Amino acid sequence: MKQKLVVIGAGMASGRVLEQLTETAPDAFDITLFNGESRGNYNRIMLSSVLSGDKTYEDIVTHDAAWYAARGITCRFGEHVTRIDREAKVVVGQGGEVAYDHLLIATGSAPFVIPVPGRELPGVVTYRDLDDTEAMIDAAGRGGSAVVIGGGLLGLEAAAGLAGRGMAVTVVHLMGHLMERQLDEAAGYLLRRDLEARGITVRTQASTKAILGEDRAEAVLLENGDLLPADLVVMAVGIRPETRLATDAGLQVARGIEVDVQMVTSDPAILAVGECVEFSGQLFGLVAPLYDQAKVAAQTLLGRPDAFVLRDTATKLKVTGCDLFSAGDFAAGPGREDIVYRDPARGIYKRLVIEGDRLVGAVMYGDTADGAWFFGLIKDGTEIDAMRDTLIFGPGFQGGSAADPLSAVAALPPEAEICGCNGVCKGTIVQAIEGGAQDLGGLRAVTKASASCGTCTGLVEQLLQVTLGEGYSAPAARPVCTCTELTHEDVRRLIKAKALKSQPAVWQELGWTTPNGCHVCRPAVNFYLLADWPLEYLDDPQSRFVNERKHANIQKDGTFSVVPRMWGGITNPVELRAIADAAEKYGAQTVKVTGGQRIDLLGIKGEDLPGIWSDLNRAGLVSGHAYSKGLRTVKTCVGTDHCRFGTQDSTGLGIKLEQTLWGSWTPHKVKLAVSGCPRNCAEATCKDVGIICVDSGYQIGVAGAAGMDLKETERLADVATEQEAMDLTVAFIQLYRENARYLDRPYKWVAKVGLDWVKARVVDDPAERRRLIEAFELSQSIYRKDPWAEHADRGRAYAPLADLTREAAE
Amino acid sequence: MTGAAVLTPKLTPEQEGLMDWIDIGALEDIPERGARVVKTQAGCVALFRTGPEEVFATADACPHRGGPLSEGIVHGRRVTCPLHSWVFDLESGAALGEDARLVTYAVRLVAGRVLLDGRLLAKRSAA
Ligand code: SRM
Ligand SMILES: Cc1cc2nc3c(=O)[nH]c(=O)nc-3n(C[C@H](O)[C@H](O)[C@H](O)COP(=O)(O)OP(=O)(O)OC[C@H]3O[C@@H](n4cnc5c(N)ncnc54)[C@H](O)[C@@H]3O)c2cc1C
Ligand code: SF4
Ligand code: FES
Repeated sequence: MKQKLVVIGAGMASGRVLEQLTETAPDAFDITLFNGESRGNYNRIMLSSVLSGDKTYEDIVTHDAAWYAARGITCRFGEHVTRIDREAKVVVGQGGEVAYDHLLIATGSAPFVIPVPGRELPGVVTYRDLDDTEAMIDAAGRGGSAVVIGGGLLGLEAAAGLAGRGMAVTVVHLMGHLMERQLDEAAGYLLRRDLEARGITVRTQASTKAILGEDRAEAVLLENGDLLPADLVVMAVGIRPETRLATDAGLQVARGIEVDVQMVTSDPAILAVGECVEFSGQLFGLVAPLYDQAKVAAQTLLGRPDAFVLRDTATKLKVTGCDLFSAGDFAAGPGREDIVYRDPARGIYKRLVIEGDRLVGAVMYGDTADGAWFFGLIKDGTEIDAMRDTLIFGPGFQGGSAADPLSAVAALPPEAEICGCNGVCKGTIVQAIEGGAQDLGGLRAVTKASASCGTCTGLVEQLLQVTLGEGYSAPAARPVCTCTELTHEDVRRLIKAKALKSQPAVWQELGWTTPNGCHVCRPAVNFYLLADWPLEYLDDPQSRFVNERKHANIQKDGTFSVVPRMWGGITNPVELRAIADAAEKYGAQTVKVTGGQRIDLLGIKGEDLPGIWSDLNRAGLVSGHAYSKGLRTVKTCVGTDHCRFGTQDSTGLGIKLEQTLWGSWTPHKVKLAVSGCPRNCAEATCKDVGIICVDSGYQIGVAGAAGMDLKETERLADVATEQEAMDLTVAFIQLYRENARYLDRPYKWVAKVGLDWVKARVVDDPAERRRLIEAFELSQSIYRKDPWAEHADRGRAYAPLADLTREAAE
Repeated sequence: MTGAAVLTPKLTPEQEGLMDWIDIGALEDIPERGARVVKTQAGCVALFRTGPEEVFATADACPHRGGPLSEGIVHGRRVTCPLHSWVFDLESGAALGEDARLVTYAVRLVAGRVLLDGRLLAKRSAA
């Protein structure tokens, strides 16, 4: 007597079970196969090729009607199973019941639909089966725009397919970079670049609020208020195991249907395979492990011992031109050693993760030829100690060259500007070298490159080296840190020349040797990016020293100091009362008048910061940025208001300057002072910018120092009006922001570029002065804000994640 | 892979069996390349999120002069102390180039939640 086997779901997993069963024991079972879709098993993976037009449905069918007929399988396609009766051992379909001796559940998974308003509108589809694919092809035929929600494997394949069919596609992704489960930031950056090159718009860190439309989808509304037009919306945000039948039948279900190593559920007569199962806490989303499950399930049904073993999986993206590979648990394992290789010229990124003497993970972009080899090393747990140094070059390595520190410069296009002062681009310099200029002096004479402020000298030397090869040995310049061979000046120049607008872009295009920098380069690069691209670049708090992240100065005991701004050193009873109240309420250990003419509350607990800020805000007090590489204080004296010697309104000018400059980020801190006469009670002659008022107007001094070095200011210019004094100050500070290296105070920077170079731009060139002032104002449109007000309602982020001492006490 | 449980550092099944996992909070509440603190009977524990799905736990106090490591800059699988810039390997707890070590704790990530060993609730003797 044949045993009765009922299978629910004709997908890729059960398809493999049926192949194995009917091959090894063709007469053992009387099989009934249900499928919700009105067709049998096809290669679901290849739906992306159907969408892109490379294949048709017929090409991807794995089991056709003849296949089922030849094996005597009763097919009930297009029919959903609605219930399993375990008592009676029958399966209830929409078209009637079938009894079973053995039951196999292979219902796969269901696409997750985010619960936003408008998700039910026509024009909103998921990406799971042929019907979805056909709906997308149909929509693409009408043209228009598509929004794909979800930047994972499925979403990106959908986006590429739709773009290939001529739609204007935007991918909306919640996380910071694409495919974050499979890729790290650097690979995610390259993937994004390639997708953008084919016209796809990518929005990361974007959360969907609603889908809008009258009687069909018309637009997607993001949390930040942006509205993206959409004739088609594809939701590809993840999958959820399809477990409803099993749950209703009372089987053990966690996130998926729980199975043992034989693929048997909590009911010995019922097996389950595929994406609907959970094994040892693990869910599945790729076919390789499902095929292993299928083999085990077939053996179990035949009464033969076998056991399912979890194995690592590898991911590729089926979008031509986006060559990526990811395997192992590089992003989700314990601490290990990284080996990073980048070739900016060819857009290649490779990262291997090693634990002990084994390779445990690999991410690659651009050149994935060695992917299978690395995957083999990971799966087999091969000892790699002997080849550690050359591992990243792959199996073909025979004395290959190590990563070239000059490759970032070699990769620059000819039109990239190397010398900003004289507008000289790479092509011109290379031509000059080839035309006989063999050293820096010769090049300066011919091209003027690096002949002005000199900050591009490093790059020009590297070009000599790249072009002349061994024939030129550049004097070694000090790199930013061990993550790169480039100097600060090189990095600044290249960020501008190559229009690099994100940290992963800098790491990749400039060949960083670490996955995401270190505590030395990250704050510098973060500053360079926000200084050059104030509108495009989003400040990264995680790349800031704690003081700038928490908007307060950390003290030796881990508490913080709070210094509200006192514009020009002026305060009033209301402010003083608020400060006194706050000092009492939050238990300030010390209240001190600072050297910068304001009041410091020391010893405030980190978790109290948002509280004290909102209290101070209420009295009109804002952050004094006593912690920032930015504008600190503008000291003033009482000036013409009260002093018998005052010549101009020094207090008023100081306040105006502080109100214009506050909130701005600079390479190092910036301090100003305005004194009402040459007696100089505000100590203006040792500041970054110090103004002395005189009868005829204002003497503007710059580049003073009174910290670790002591230096008098140098005269930038004498001007007649307050407005000119303001303009020159702002222009000077903007020039400093655009050019100085991170952590150089203005006096150090001016010593490098020369005061004449500064004067030529700030004083003598009105057009350049105007440009500098406008650039500063543009940046201030983002940064002239009180960070305390913005953070006062984010109390949760300043509090401990949990307090277990309390729980234990209870 | 969807929602796989992640454990740092790796433990043997026996060791893991000894743990008394308790839910501390949501993974997304720890910024990537950032940290948060959990108060315990054994002192403050810092949770460092070094990747989308990777978290390490160590004592929050720097062995140098007690600096709050959770306020440091997180890079790769390391953190730099905010007070005097010692750098620590988060997995082993070792200080780079210094003869000092941080206590590390096991963390488990399950379905977007962060789990710590509940024995931290007990007095320091357990740690
Ligand atoms: C609070 C204050 C001392 C005071 O009680 O008066 C102070 C306190 C600190 N100063 Fe200062 N400086 C203070 C006025 C000064 C002055 C005087 C001035 O501004 O007129 C100077 C000399 C002028 C100058 O800036 O060069 C000064 C030169 C420095 C330096 C050396 C800078 C240099 O380039 O040489 C540092 C170190 C640094 O920035 O790298 C520093 C650093 C520090 C730090 C931030 C040290 C640190 O990194 O933790 C101190 C923070 C203490 C805290 O926890 O709050 N502090 N510091 C003053 C705050 C002024 C304000 O209202 O914002
Ligand atoms: C577009 C796309 C691209 C992909 N690319 C890749 C890739 O490159 N690499 C890779 O490894 N994986 C890829 N996958 C994932 C892979 O296709 C799945 O892992 C695999 O198909 C899962 O197999 P399964 O048998 O568990 O489920 P499925 O193949 O989904 O089959 C389940 C079947 O059960 C049916 N069913 C569900 N409930 C019932 C019910 N109550 N009654 C009757 N029938 C029911 C469904 O209709 C469905 O036909 C991709 C998936 C998609 C959608
Ligand atoms: S001089 Fe400045 S940095 Fe030095 S101890 Fe005093 S406040 Fe701190
Ligand atoms: S307290 Fe950490 S380095 Fe000094």
